[in-house]
Amino acid sequence: MTHKTLRVGALSRVEGEGALLVDVRDGRIADLRLSIYEPPRFFEALLRGRAFDEPPDITARICGICPVAYQMSACQAIESALGVAVTGPLRDLRLLLYYGEWIESHTLHIFLLHAPDFLGYDSGMAMAADHREHVERGLAVKKAGNELVATLGGRAIHPVNVRLGGFHRVPRRQELAPVAERLRRAREDALATVAWVAGFDFPDVEHDYRFLALRHPSEYAILSGRPAVSDGSSFPVEDWPEHVVEEQVPGSTALRARLDGTPGYLTGALARYALNSRRLSPLAREAARDACLGEVCRNPFRSIIVRAVEVVHACDEALRIIDGYTEPDVPAVPVEPAAGVGHGASEAPRGTLYHRYRIGADGLITEAAIVPPTSQNQARIEMDLRDLIEPRLGLARAELAALCERAIRNHDPCISCSTHFLDLRLDVR
Amino acid sequence: MGTRKSRPRLAVWKFASCDGCQLTLLDCEDELLSLAAEVEIAYFLEASSAPGPGPYDLSLVEGSITTPDDAARIRHVREVSKHLVTIGACATAGGVQALRDFADVREFASVVYARPEYIATLATSTPISANVPVDFELRGCPIDRRQLLEVITAFLAGRRPVVPSHSVCVECKLRGNVCVLVAHGTPCLGPVTQAGCGALCPAFNRGCYGCFGPADTTNSRALNAKLRVLGMSDPELVRVYRTFNATEEQFVQASEEAGG
Repeated sequence: MTHKTLRVGALSRVEGEGALLVDVRDGRIADLRLSIYEPPRFFEALLRGRAFDEPPDITARICGICPVAYQMSACQAIESALGVAVTGPLRDLRLLLYYGEWIESHTLHIFLLHAPDFLGYDSGMAMAADHREHVERGLAVKKAGNELVATLGGRAIHPVNVRLGGFHRVPRRQELAPVAERLRRAREDALATVAWVAGFDFPDVEHDYRFLALRHPSEYAILSGRPAVSDGSSFPVEDWPEHVVEEQVPGSTALRARLDGTPGYLTGALARYALNSRRLSPLAREAARDACLGEVCRNPFRSIIVRAVEVVHACDEALRIIDGYTEPDVPAVPVEPAAGVGHGASEAPRGTLYHRYRIGADGLITEAAIVPPTSQNQARIEMDLRDLIEPRLGLARAELAALCERAIRNHDPCISCSTHFLDLRLDVR
Repeated sequence: MGTRKSRPRLAVWKFASCDGCQLTLLDCEDELLSLAAEVEIAYFLEASSAPGPGPYDLSLVEGSITTPDDAARIRHVREVSKHLVTIGACATAGGVQALRDFADVREFASVVYARPEYIATLATSTPISANVPVDFELRGCPIDRRQLLEVITAFLAGRRPVVPSHSVCVECKLRGNVCVLVAHGTPCLGPVTQAGCGALCPAFNRGCYGCFGPADTTNSRALNAKLRVLGMSDPELVRVYRTFNATEEQFVQASEEAGG
């Protein structure tokens, strides 16, 4: 019996910390575990006893790469508990802020984390030595996203301007003019980026994904929508706990999310594209068509193209909002505390992010639940890895390890959102 | 390539954190490529899959110490680093995860995890300086990009970083902000919070919430009295001091003064 263990310690170019353990026996994968050793920070526990209006600021600190996603899911969950609806120009401003984060986060992933895999570099900085023009273009788009977030939110990481009901201060029209100027250039650069990444060499791999993403009647859902599944079903956000159940699998320490009883579904760019591509902006659809993406993309390596298309969409939609912007009468609608339970979900750059809060009559939180995208995707990422490497076990170890890292990076895992990840090292034999 | 061999070697380390402070380095879009030419970014897992071995001239450390393994790892980081600079509220003050210090961490674990016995965690979330000697602490949740560049530049030039320790109030005056506390009656921690953010919250008609931690000299007793006049209850006061920099001594005293 031949037996080898492949260990990819300290995954790089992901946000957060993880490792992978693969056990191979007689040419078959006996065990494969993506291990997250991000230390737990217990957000759901420490939120108890905090005031009803604190989760947007506190949960932003779960992830420095997608704080706006946490702020938006938190705001919407609490507002739904309190019967508040944020609509019109205030909702548009939230969307605008969120587009800024998408541009920033996706461009970071495309240029500094993901593209080096396709061109054979260890980092975006190393890649810049030979592909400086592309990296500089990427940094310019990233900067446009950051400036949009900073203009609306005060700063790019952990914006300070978000509150329940809207904002502390809304921008004047003229404050948005320089941002729009930069976004127009970013949109051109984003189109060039789609063409660039579409020309990469992609491993010939397709997976039979079951997708989950929010769906909105008129938008390519990002801020809000109804959770929809690629089998045609959908459900209201309030029913999330009945459909998505996290559990511990016997013999493993990892929490796995099951969707309607079955583990291993995928949320994120591929899921959004598969379920909602018809609602992309015309320019983004055209870019997707030119990149030959088709209606559904099942090759996770090609997710880099989908993200590039989403950046085009985000720039395009952000410009549309800025063009039609009229200053709201008030920066926020009033939100008064009351007892209740509320659910909220939005599309973080790396997938659907769900929050639930129970608020007491005194306005303090009694219960909080957060389901981040990476814990939903973990089981599916492990399935990707199995499918990918089992037929390739003859590859040299270093090559195989590199391929595994790439397969994980395909899903842009944000391991910092570790509200639900366990330390798996105790279980390693 | 010959000159590159002598470039100073930079390392970026992560402990319990959100990644936001190390992301600040990648958010230096205009400076990143020239910085990468000036220094050898020898260890930066978030950005590179080619970690180089130590020793390092400058280690930037993000995150707090919350597990037994991390308590050992930070000692290793200290050993291989000529200079060690903490970046952000987690590394400098324990971060929001230090709220466990005021609770029972086993109870916390049982709330979040079905099998809390698998969780390897310490009862406290400690700043790096509680574990190893630190050469400089950069505050903020998150840190400020310009201050980060100043710190890197200063250490590479062999001088102390110029990072003011006065309060946010000074920055408000410099920025020309109207005082939200006096003019609007908005509760604000600016008088007791260290500058560095550029007085962001008041510029957005919001009171400072203390994410840069305490300024060097504070009078929280006087501020608490003012905040009570503005309608804040003692439990509210305790909460605002116990958020992102809860274990900082001045904030501990301020919350205790409010009965926390």
